[in-house]
Amino acid sequence: MFDFKLEPREQPAKIWLILSPLLALLGTVIVGLFLFRFLGKSPITAFTTLFITPLSSLYGITEIAVKAAPIILIAVGLAVCFQAQVWNIGAEGQFTLGAIFASTVALVFANIDNYIVLLLSLLAGILGGATWASIPAVLKVNFHTNEILTSLMLNYVAVSLLNYLVRGILQDPQGYNFPESAPFSEFASLPSLITGTRLHLGVIFALIAAILIWGMLQQTFFGFSVKVIGASPNAANYAGIKSDRIIWLSLLISGGLAGLAGACEVLGPIGQLRPFISPGYGYAAILAAFVGRLHPLAIILSSLLMALFYVGSELLQIKLGLPLALAGVFQGIVFFFLLAGDLLVYKRIVKSQ
Amino acid sequence: MQGLNELIPRLQVRNITKYYSGFFANNQVNLAIQAGEIHALLGENGAGKSTLMKIIYGVVRPESGEIFWEGKRVDITNPAKARSLGIGMVFQHFCLFETLTVTENIALALPASEQWNLGQVNRKIRVLSQEYALDINPDSPVYTLSVGEKQRVEIIRCLCVATKLLILDEPTAVLTPQETEKLFLTLQQIAAGGCSILFSSHKLQEVRSLCTHATILRNGEVIAECNPQAETIDSLARMMIGEDEGHGGQGEYGKYHTPPTSPICFQVRDLCLESKHPLGISLQHINLEVRSGEIVGIAGVAGNGQRELLAVLSGEVICPKADMIMLGEIPIGDCDVPQRRRLGLAYIPEERLGVAIVPNMNLLENALLTGYSQGLLRNGMIRQRKLKAWTRRICDAFNVKQVGLNSLAANLSGGNLQKFIVGREIQQNPTILIAAHPSWGVDVNATVTIHQAFMEMRNMGAGVLVVSEDLDELLTLCDRIGVIYKGQLSPFIPIADISREKIGRWMGGVSFV
Repeated sequence: MFDFKLEPREQPAKIWLILSPLLALLGTVIVGLFLFRFLGKSPITAFTTLFITPLSSLYGITEIAVKAAPIILIAVGLAVCFQAQVWNIGAEGQFTLGAIFASTVALVFANIDNYIVLLLSLLAGILGGATWASIPAVLKVNFHTNEILTSLMLNYVAVSLLNYLVRGILQDPQGYNFPESAPFSEFASLPSLITGTRLHLGVIFALIAAILIWGMLQQTFFGFSVKVIGASPNAANYAGIKSDRIIWLSLLISGGLAGLAGACEVLGPIGQLRPFISPGYGYAAILAAFVGRLHPLAIILSSLLMALFYVGSELLQIKLGLPLALAGVFQGIVFFFLLAGDLLVYKRIVKSQ
Repeated sequence: MQGLNELIPRLQVRNITKYYSGFFANNQVNLAIQAGEIHALLGENGAGKSTLMKIIYGVVRPESGEIFWEGKRVDITNPAKARSLGIGMVFQHFCLFETLTVTENIALALPASEQWNLGQVNRKIRVLSQEYALDINPDSPVYTLSVGEKQRVEIIRCLCVATKLLILDEPTAVLTPQETEKLFLTLQQIAAGGCSILFSSHKLQEVRSLCTHATILRNGEVIAECNPQAETIDSLARMMIGEDEGHGGQGEYGKYHTPPTSPICFQVRDLCLESKHPLGISLQHINLEVRSGEIVGIAGVAGNGQRELLAVLSGEVICPKADMIMLGEIPIGDCDVPQRRRLGLAYIPEERLGVAIVPNMNLLENALLTGYSQGLLRNGMIRQRKLKAWTRRICDAFNVKQVGLNSLAANLSGGNLQKFIVGREIQQNPTILIAAHPSWGVDVNATVTIHQAFMEMRNMGAGVLVVSEDLDELLTLCDRIGVIYKGQLSPFIPIADISREKIGRWMGGVSFV
């Protein structure tokens, strides 16, 4: 009979740890080629459109950066949570609340001609995300509820709240009854970094956040505490590290960064509050965090890959009439192959009698 | 022929050997149980009682040896095989579904043909509970039952299928004296019906009152087979714990007399703490003091409150009143772990991997785990160079063999790991060091290193409190010893006035003050 079981390897080979993400990418490309074939498109054309075209022009590259920025901001925050084994799945909701808070401040102070409005709006975004993340924190610390469920469900609440607000008090009175807010003033908008592109200040925030989080995890006692809680709660208890505090702080950090991402998104590329502000950045960031093995600098690369799929899929839709959902499909396939690769790096298959 | 048949034991175990990495859990163990006999397995914790029972029930496979069931050689490969022979077992940790009723729990263990007729199962339980005085309401959900009642459910479950041998692992460990008496009446009734009973215990008095046959295990070997009723408590204790070699004593390391005038560096005053866990032990009026320059030991069988006491002394559990624990002149009962460490308390826990050490972190990170108060942080930032120097100092001072400070702690051997932990705590120059089972599972050389480090600390004027189940360790190491039993502490006796027998009796709960 075909009876196999998995057995842990004593020492995972270093070379395969490096090669497995590359192999995962290769596997994704191969599956992609077959997928295009079955969709009745020329695999080569589709492949070129998805992977090469976005990278062959300055505009394409800046678009990737624009889409990568929110993913990086969210994913490095999630890296803190996930290292502490706090499974925050609610970044999408925290992102949405950040956008709502930032938009509200930008609209309330619309007639102040000073960049202080922008600063306040960004801070409000951070506050909004952190507020939303504090709900699962309270529930987990005080009532031991599972944060996976609470944070995930709050995503749907957040989207409903957004829908309610853009049709209610935040709706543009001169907007012909479209469910949208008024466009933000110049002083509440993120300035463009390169004229003619949508590249905005949020990209810089993302890179700064990644480096700060990396330094924090590497160099501070708080970062060390996060890792101890994640690796062994009993050891943390013995060492006197307070797990409640770490749960709170890690959720506040990741919620705040997701909120900042939401704020940057509405204050930058979108320019107003709408019912649809995210193509699922909060979920793509979860994949990016894991594909980057929870290392903030590696997450920059994995987020760029996720962003490439978004931009490439848009081009596929325009040029070949393929559905936009392909972005999600490819993000999922990469993750699948990476998990499979990791399984084989850390374990081996043996035949059982 | 009939007479001959009766001489064939129901169960015979011959030359059973079970080897776990580093030690023999069972070494050439022989045991025979007749029909209708109540047989006790007597021994300290870690003597190999549970292993032997699990081998008979098919949970653990032995390396070598044979088992004969009613004269025929059998290979008990798994518990289902054991049950088909007529062997039932009640484990120390009960295996019941908390949210199901008694009837449902028992039905689950029955063959499929009877399983679905819950009314009939219910009647069967009522009949059995009447017959053997096992009071139980078949309709109660298990989570509403007391520990003693849960044990009765387990016993009834064994009796529901034809059982010829009932195995009970430490059945009285979780019972009150009254419940114990009741259990013994039941066991006698069951045995009178022809069922054999094998039960393990370390409590001498109850073994004497119940059994006429006992096998005494020590370090995995059968020390004696005897009739406990023909022995004295003292002679049983001697067999269980080991020969009384004079008055214990610190032969190996040389004696050291605590100056009686040295100040008290650590004191516990009338500490009472209700256990939050239903199977936990509540601490009752704990009083103890450790003087500077003295090693104090707490002996006791596992599960008598050591875990709870250590948790409250180390600060993992906060005391109800601050002055219940004094570090010198400072009340520290309400301090958390970092505060106590900063004030000079260090702690070596019982479990190494996963508590004292994070296995998949490197040695530097593991040094930081408790060493953070040693000037290794500045404004929350880790001072990497200082941490490296400090970790190297631990490894050098305690001769920890490692391939590099960046290698994972999981790669260290047990002895090296414990030397690292002891080193990490001692390098913090504590005024009081609390250590739980410091030499458990550690090779001889590492044990000597660790013990010498404790003595050196004491000679430098620090206080050491050692909690251990290993009486030999305490006798070689300590200046004064007390015993913990059911959350109470005995008086502490200077090592010169101690006999193993007295300590052994106290550990078994006999004439305990």
